[in-house]
Amino acid sequence: MAMTMTGEVQLPASRDTVWAKLNDPATLKACIPGCEDLNMLSDHEFEAVAVNKIGPVKAKFKGRVTLSDLDPPNGYKISGQGDGGVAGFAKGGAVVSLTDKDGGTLLTYNVEAQIGGKLAQLGQRLINGAAKKMADQFFENFAAAVKG
Amino acid sequence: MSATGIGAAVRRKEDQRFITGKGHYTDDVSRPGQTFAYFVRSPHAHAKLHSIDVKAAAAMPGILAVLTGQDLAGDKIGNLICGWMIHSKDGSPMKMAPHPALAATKVCYVGDPVAVVIAETLAQAKDAAEKIAVDYEVLSAVTDPAKAKSAAQIHDVAPKNTIYEWHLGDSKATDAALAAAKHITRIDLTNNRLVPNAMEPRAALAEYDSGTDSLTLWNTSQNPHVARLVISAFVGMAPEHKLRVIAPDVGGGFGSKIFIYPEEVVCLWAARRVGRPVKWTSDRSEAFLADAHGRDHVTHAEMAFDGDGKITALKVKTIANLGGYMSTFSSSVPTYLYATLLSGQYAIPNIYCEVDAVYTNTVPVDAYRGAGRPEATFVVERLVEVGARELGLDPAELRKRNFIKSFPHQTPVIMAYDAGDYLASLKKAMELADVKGFGRRKRDAARHGKLRGLGYSTYIEACGIAPSQAVGSLGAGVGLWESAEVRVNPTGSVEVLTGCHQHGQGHETTFAQLVSERLGISIDQVSIVHGDTDKVQFGMGTYGSRSGAVGMSAIVKALDKVEAKAKKIAAHVMEAAEGDIEFRDGKFTVAGTDKSMAFGEVALAAYVGHKFPTQEIEPGLKEGAFYDPTNFTFPAGCHICEIEIDQETGETEVVSWTAVDDFGTLINPMIVEGQVHGGIAQGVGQAMIEQTVYDKDGQLLSGSYMDYAMPRAHNFPAFKVDTTETKCPSNPLGIKGCGEAGAIAAPAAVMNAITDALGTEKIEMPATSMAVWRALQTMNRNQVAAE
Repeated sequence: MAMTMTGEVQLPASRDTVWAKLNDPATLKACIPGCEDLNMLSDHEFEAVAVNKIGPVKAKFKGRVTLSDLDPPNGYKISGQGDGGVAGFAKGGAVVSLTDKDGGTLLTYNVEAQIGGKLAQLGQRLINGAAKKMADQFFENFAAAVKG
Repeated sequence: MSATGIGAAVRRKEDQRFITGKGHYTDDVSRPGQTFAYFVRSPHAHAKLHSIDVKAAAAMPGILAVLTGQDLAGDKIGNLICGWMIHSKDGSPMKMAPHPALAATKVCYVGDPVAVVIAETLAQAKDAAEKIAVDYEVLSAVTDPAKAKSAAQIHDVAPKNTIYEWHLGDSKATDAALAAAKHITRIDLTNNRLVPNAMEPRAALAEYDSGTDSLTLWNTSQNPHVARLVISAFVGMAPEHKLRVIAPDVGGGFGSKIFIYPEEVVCLWAARRVGRPVKWTSDRSEAFLADAHGRDHVTHAEMAFDGDGKITALKVKTIANLGGYMSTFSSSVPTYLYATLLSGQYAIPNIYCEVDAVYTNTVPVDAYRGAGRPEATFVVERLVEVGARELGLDPAELRKRNFIKSFPHQTPVIMAYDAGDYLASLKKAMELADVKGFGRRKRDAARHGKLRGLGYSTYIEACGIAPSQAVGSLGAGVGLWESAEVRVNPTGSVEVLTGCHQHGQGHETTFAQLVSERLGISIDQVSIVHGDTDKVQFGMGTYGSRSGAVGMSAIVKALDKVEAKAKKIAAHVMEAAEGDIEFRDGKFTVAGTDKSMAFGEVALAAYVGHKFPTQEIEPGLKEGAFYDPTNFTFPAGCHICEIEIDQETGETEVVSWTAVDDFGTLINPMIVEGQVHGGIAQGVGQAMIEQTVYDKDGQLLSGSYMDYAMPRAHNFPAFKVDTTETKCPSNPLGIKGCGEAGAIAAPAAVMNAITDALGTEKIEMPATSMAVWRALQTMNRNQVAAE
């Protein structure tokens, strides 16, 4: 099933700092909720493992993530596919763009994703809420990281 | 009639154990050394299966085996089959694609099993399943039957995803009648896909005995002998005499437990491989993906009328969705169980029906309560109701004008109706429903801001499935007779072995009532034995409202033989001529004398063997019979539904329900009423709330009770249930069958009532409150636009 989500966050750091952190594996690993592992495969490609729970479905997602449409320091597209084993799968991407605002940076994101298997069967009513919560948590962590 | 004989509303003997938790279901069976199976299922609707890495899973604690489709093929386990051959118009056979119990090269629906983990505990099996890595190459999927022909091809054997393009009836004559018609009513209908949801989920427990090289399977089957036959003869698991299938108490089937499924095949195979018993019990979420669904038709239909409101022709074009693979009887449901009933209760001279069956990337579709007949009734009864509205005729009047009034009646679509009185059931239902007072009730409702509608459904079904030669000529792979064995014990109690299987029908009571009636003994003296291939010689199981008409007829034949032999023995014991022995109320009497023996005394004499020549008459009292019906039976009746719609919210309530059915002889009116109630509930569920939703990628979005609405008591008023009776002439008891009637009648009655209230035909099942509200909004907009 398809899932879309858009949002924006005001970050207390310059566009260059935000851009650098968005490309830093250590920061991403620390900020992605449930992320257990994140390894760079190349400059714009990494492998990640994250454990997430959506409603009654708990899954360990393993997936490959690619950064594309890189436009430093204005934004990129982050896309990938996560295989959650018996829980199903999630795939899709987000377009992230950065603009200067109020002495900091406004980050806007546009997510389009597909989920399948048990996640879709049992979690579809909960998926938007869960995704929003995960995004909020990510940006909360990320805001702290860029500030620090 | 004895107190517990035919026609007595005896309480169900089996209920004591069911309502006190003493039932014995498959999951209650545990065997020493038992292990647990957990299936890994495809999360994709359509994908190539490149590889499955099971190494990490196999190394987990407690794992005995992790098996895939490659292993299954390596062990030469055969595919599952569809047992009813349908030929296309051009004479070509249906395109049955290989259906392995575990997918090996591609997956065809979300839920298609790709691997199984066998472990010491279920938790260990589930943990290991998390470690299995499956490499899928996702392909584009199709779920809508109307789009299947132009979608990506699912099976190599079926170009355009078409299984068959079948037809029945006279195309030319029907077209000619349509061309000459005074009026034609046209309708487009969707018969929504349903998830069966029996209360007990499916389960299987398999055990291998290496000493005898034999397998035993406990499973939730409506027809254990058929399961054994298919698993032996087609899947090739074991020779028939080396496989025992036991279906103990089964908590509801509704058709979904007729079929031979991958899981039971895999459990048998795995049990032999690991040398330990293997149990699988579906959970509810799994059942949504693993149990065959029902219905899923898209239909365009046209009905022609002459100037007197007589139906002159019916033309139907249906696309039937059979899902990702052909399930066991899937091919027969939208063909010979559907198009053959399109004459309804009406004398229609010309009928032509085309059915295209297609593969889609969805759960396989097969028989579900009514199986084809609800779909046929829905087409006919919606057309008649809409036709009446278009012609400005009262819908009851239009029906009366077209009812078949003399029997036997040969329809243009194979069936020869043997008996019925459709006017009688309509009249009685109209009186009970107080149709005369409907106008007043409608005005009252309007004062409270509600729209009230009334809908009829004068349905017919073909039950008592089925005469073997007839179904054989239509493509069935088996005969559909039934067997029975009556074992009289020396003390006069009786065991009846039947090839039928009860999973909610109450056979332990109704079959015992028949014995009580015939032998004059209490039903407490009778046990019904079923569901075990080692006890019952053979049987075709229970579906298609067949157990009364076919199964009990076999018992009657066996009882006839018991009575005949007992008379011989009684004659010797009482030193009278056999011809002078009368048997009544459980007593053998020498005619014209006061000499008599109770049934139990004759039974004892039969086993003692002292007082009759055992060279001429064998000792003992046990007789068996096979009964093959000569025709289908034709239960029919009239259901009238009244609904009220809240104009502001669309909330729709069934406020009155009247059912008058002709089931022929009733063995137990209370059980019949219960069957009618359950059937109506399922039919109303289909019409108003049950909605199976796939997204365009083939993900099942209504995959749990959070999203799939099942009917509950609050959805219904108290039903007014009554009967009329014309005996079925083709079986000795005059029984027609009652198990499916409600589910067949109800959807059309609901939709006729809702469309009557709304004043538009533009609403499809399920007519949820939201769908009704939308229909109201559309009408309001159109009205505003028109003004």
